[in-house]
Amino acid sequence: MTLNNLLSGNNIRFLPVAIAFVALIMIGNPSIWVTLTVAGLAMGMMIFLMASGLSLIFGLMDVMNFSHSAFVAFGAFIAASVLGRLSGWNESDSVLLNMLALFSALGAAMVFGMIAGWFFEKVIIKPVYQDHLRQILITVGALIVSEQLILVIWGGVPINVARPQFLQSSFIIGDISIEIYRVFAVFLGTAAFIVLHLTLNRTRIGLLVRAGVENREMVEALGFKVERLFIGVFVVGSGLAALGGAMWAGYETLITPEIGAHMMISIFVVVIIGGLGSIEGSLLGALILGLVGNYMAFLFPKMALATNMLVMIVILMWRPYGLRPMVKS
Amino acid sequence: MVWGIVIVIWLGLALSPFLFHDVRSQQVAARICVFIVLVASYDLLIGYTGIVSFAHTIFFGLGAYGAATALRHMGPGWDAIVIGGGIGIVMAVILAIFIGLLSLRVKAIFFTMVTLAVASVAVVLVSQFSDFTGGEDGITYKVPKLFKPATKLLVDDDGHVVRWLGTKLNGKLAAFYSVFCMSLLLYLAMIRIVNSPLGTVLKAVRENETRAEAIGYRVVTYRTLVFCISAVFAAIAGIIYAVWLKYTGPETVLSFSINIDILLMVVIGGMGTMSGAVIGVVLLNLAQYYLRDIMQLGAEATANLPLIPELLNPDRWLLWLGLSFILLVYFFPAGIAGTMLKPRVK
Repeated sequence: MTLNNLLSGNNIRFLPVAIAFVALIMIGNPSIWVTLTVAGLAMGMMIFLMASGLSLIFGLMDVMNFSHSAFVAFGAFIAASVLGRLSGWNESDSVLLNMLALFSALGAAMVFGMIAGWFFEKVIIKPVYQDHLRQILITVGALIVSEQLILVIWGGVPINVARPQFLQSSFIIGDISIEIYRVFAVFLGTAAFIVLHLTLNRTRIGLLVRAGVENREMVEALGFKVERLFIGVFVVGSGLAALGGAMWAGYETLITPEIGAHMMISIFVVVIIGGLGSIEGSLLGALILGLVGNYMAFLFPKMALATNMLVMIVILMWRPYGLRPMVKS
Repeated sequence: MVWGIVIVIWLGLALSPFLFHDVRSQQVAARICVFIVLVASYDLLIGYTGIVSFAHTIFFGLGAYGAATALRHMGPGWDAIVIGGGIGIVMAVILAIFIGLLSLRVKAIFFTMVTLAVASVAVVLVSQFSDFTGGEDGITYKVPKLFKPATKLLVDDDGHVVRWLGTKLNGKLAAFYSVFCMSLLLYLAMIRIVNSPLGTVLKAVRENETRAEAIGYRVVTYRTLVFCISAVFAAIAGIIYAVWLKYTGPETVLSFSINIDILLMVVIGGMGTMSGAVIGVVLLNLAQYYLRDIMQLGAEATANLPLIPELLNPDRWLLWLGLSFILLVYFFPAGIAGTMLKPRVK
């Protein structure tokens, strides 16, 4: 069996596992490997939150939103502000109050993302359906405006993000230490994936969304309002991006207005290598990017910053449409 | 009408050393010349094939860094500019072919995303290989003797530099006119290209990809070709800019914001019209300097109100530019030149 056979079809979903295994051999030290793997999974899951929405929006609506990262940035800053306001709850020893602070921060970010997404779809995107060139231009314009708005509202200085008390510490098992926040990120990402996956594959709305991705006109001909689905998907996608941004703010603990621009590249690379329009593809791409990024940073620190690019080139040479494309280009 | 404006602008640029005597306006005039070439080359890509690239500054940067590195290591000579710039151009073409073959086969939107990723890596690489590129600080170097301010082009009987209309005929003037002539030549070359049979094919590809393919033109080949041509022009613009500035750094030739700037210039001026490039560049450069002044006045006038002075802070000029850009794309997608040219086309 050749490598290509091994990785064809459904086996492709084990690619991250294979990467982790190869890395274990190359690193040699299991405790370092565990730390890196958990960090990679956490990063991957957060990027998945941000990228899945973009991929779905593209798959269903054929809209490429270059200002998707603006939702990420706004999510991060709103979460930081809410956590700053609730510092009393945040620093108390009660896990319950901690949780309350955390979830109100994440919730605020997500709600803002959804409302902004709705507004954005109505005002910015709708007039330019079916016109890729103008979509790119207009969303780039929106990206500029939203970056400037962040500077107006929060100023140009980096902001400290206070993590809730109970997520500060680490598990220690033997000589392995695992930050609780990372485990939480993996947990949240997995939950989001399961919810999305079940919604798409087990519910009526999911069926319609998948049908809309496959053949929009047919769904419309059958009497369903695809436009409403569009708005729904856009709102959910934007909300997820803001949630991912909020999680990322807690992960980095220090955020600058450039956070959107930084994340944009990772998000795009994930969507490209995952294949446009597919949730599983986004998850695979995000995990691969997170894992490879962390392993590379440890094994070849000089190359770390070019990881995104290397991963993208290798995968595109092998699969020009990405790992699991839903949209036939 | 549009071409009238374009000719007036070029004339204005040609006379600018004699009209304005301060250093700053000469810098602006030279910048406008170089950017006209850069923006027109970008217009070849976006306006004549309909694909948006975010990697254009890489080609600009390759030309600039090629010339800059050679000038630093080989000393200030014409050979350094030719060899270094030549290497930069060749590298730009190779990179363009590579990116093109990797991503131009699939949807145009895919291509845009790939170029965005490539551009981000280029910025990272420049700051990482700081031994070679000078990192964030960039490179400073000397240029050929002819362009030095101390060089006297014409001397009077006392050995002083001759003045014409108050402008010294020194090396700075020679440098400016070299920039001007090169830019004008390159601009005319691009006009020639879009009016050639090749340009007609490109328009066909832009208007109807499938049909162009059906008539027998390989779309991928033509797209890659035009991507390479525009890369070459961008690289030459980079060389000119490097020689003029005597400094090359990520901020001046490579940053993402430059790519956004040239995108705005092309769209505001009018995609697919070479005249639009000139108008867009001039308008945006003027806006950059004068919009700030107006906003400063506005911010002072509203200093007592909440939030508004923040919005009118001169540093936030991009906010208003972005807003007007969105409105422009909605209502005048053809841009200024495109909208003005339309009635005649009919």
